[in-house]
Amino acid sequence: MNGPRFPVLSRLLHWLMALMILAMLFIGIGMVSSLGDYHWLLSIHRPLGIAILVLVAVRLANRQINPPPPLPADMPAPLRVAAHASHIVLYGLMFAVPLVGWAMLSAARAPIVLYGTLELPPILPQDVMVYAWLREAHTVLALALFAVFLLHLAAALLHALVFRDGVWGSMASPRGGRGTA
Amino acid sequence: MTLKKSAHGRYWPWPPGPGVLAGLGATGLVIAGVAGAFAYTGGLLSPGALTQTRIIDRFQAINGVHPGFRRNHAKGVCVTGTFASNGLGARLSRAAVFAPGSVPVIGRFAVGIGKPFLPDNGTEVRSLALSFRPAGGEEWRTGMNDIPVFPVKDAEGFYALMAASAADPGTGKPDPARMKDFLAAHPETARALALIRARPFSTGFANASYNGLDAFRFVDAAGRSTPVRWSMVALDPFVAQTPPPAGARDPNYLFDDLVARLDAGPLRYRFVVTVGQPGDPTGDATLPWPAGRQQVDAGTLTLDHVEAEGPGNCRDINYDPLVLPDGIAASDDPLLSARSAAYSVSFTRRAGEPKTPSEVQPPPARPAAADLPKTGGEP
Repeated sequence: MNGPRFPVLSRLLHWLMALMILAMLFIGIGMVSSLGDYHWLLSIHRPLGIAILVLVAVRLANRQINPPPPLPADMPAPLRVAAHASHIVLYGLMFAVPLVGWAMLSAARAPIVLYGTLELPPILPQDVMVYAWLREAHTVLALALFAVFLLHLAAALLHALVFRDGVWGSMASPRGGRGTA
Repeated sequence: MTLKKSAHGRYWPWPPGPGVLAGLGATGLVIAGVAGAFAYTGGLLSPGALTQTRIIDRFQAINGVHPGFRRNHAKGVCVTGTFASNGLGARLSRAAVFAPGSVPVIGRFAVGIGKPFLPDNGTEVRSLALSFRPAGGEEWRTGMNDIPVFPVKDAEGFYALMAASAADPGTGKPDPARMKDFLAAHPETARALALIRARPFSTGFANASYNGLDAFRFVDAAGRSTPVRWSMVALDPFVAQTPPPAGARDPNYLFDDLVARLDAGPLRYRFVVTVGQPGDPTGDATLPWPAGRQQVDAGTLTLDHVEAEGPGNCRDINYDPLVLPDGIAASDDPLLSARSAAYSVSFTRRAGEPKTPSEVQPPPARPAAADLPKTGGEP
């Protein structure tokens, strides 16, 4: 089978970010309910979040340069709409969750230490009420990201196991090149 | 009736064959597995586990909810000044704050209780929290108490001690039987309380010395790590508060005395680092280190300004003990991560609440003589 595939760079970025985001969601939910692991999880959470923010920007740029392959011609319109809409929401949340995290620490006037002496500047003035609001938004948006991730994973598995239409292979194939449409 | 293939083809596999059913089942299993692991990680499947949320909930159950105030050390006042490093600390830690020179400090004196309007003589522990702010970042925050050791060694002990020492709703006093049971189960607390009670409290904030209690690690420029504990040692001579003040005193006497003392001149403290030896306990804040350990005097803290809690000053700082610069790191003391986690919950809750003015309202600072209007006279 040699159906259309995502470019290699797009596949690499996708699977790298999939791992990072899944790890990040588990670190996030784990650290807010753990006393003993809170500190070391938080020390991973901040640099990993910023790395995701940088990578999602790289990925959006790559998507303009290397557009995804077309969806199968026989895919029904409602599924196409769902696919496009869920990707817009995914990208929106991949930007929003780390940005809100950075902004909330800024509003709390907490140092945003990535590693050693490497710190990020604040992006908002100090205002604890704004912090409280953004802190809540960070949780809500992260839970929304987890929900959309589950939908995305379910859809990918349905493409692979039920529809068998080549969409799974277009992202999961280990082969080089873009394949043939 | 003949089965007609759906117009949607492979996207509407009806009726589903065994392969489709297996695919749907596998998809469902994977999703349920990931969602279940997420719920487990978030503690949803272990409601009995102690979390930062439950610790702060217990503070609120015991002290009531006082919107906008810290859930512990609720009654306090802001101070500012500078820390002048003499450079001796730089041999142990590469943190910017220990390079020779001076950095601004935003601090907070408080009494160790979760009720912001309690009279000062209803409290025992006094605290000093500090935020050191070198020009290039690398902020350092520390919260210190005027007791020699911490009464518990971990969060579970802290949580149980809160319940054991809480006032009984019937009598208004702690139930001695519950405290006895607690101490029987926590001999380390019994030993720590004996040490805490052996030393009288000072008459005020100004002549108290404040201890970091938890051990930390200083890391020098070569990457060598040294276990340390630290203290702010008052230059004002210690005066013991014996007997404890009776109920008739001014309810804010500790803070009034502090303001009066600062009116007379700046407060000074020596920052003393105690250097641990191999084998000294770093993971248990109830245990003192042996006497005679090397002490390094790393500089002088000068506090010269006091003001009421308000927007943007010490009120809005979370004195999280794990806001550390490069060159200071956490030890294996389990209280550190637990404090950091619980402080975050307390800070987040109070940040989002409407603010009430603090009970402690120092009069506005009088301008120094040099700043007085040249024309003279009060308006």
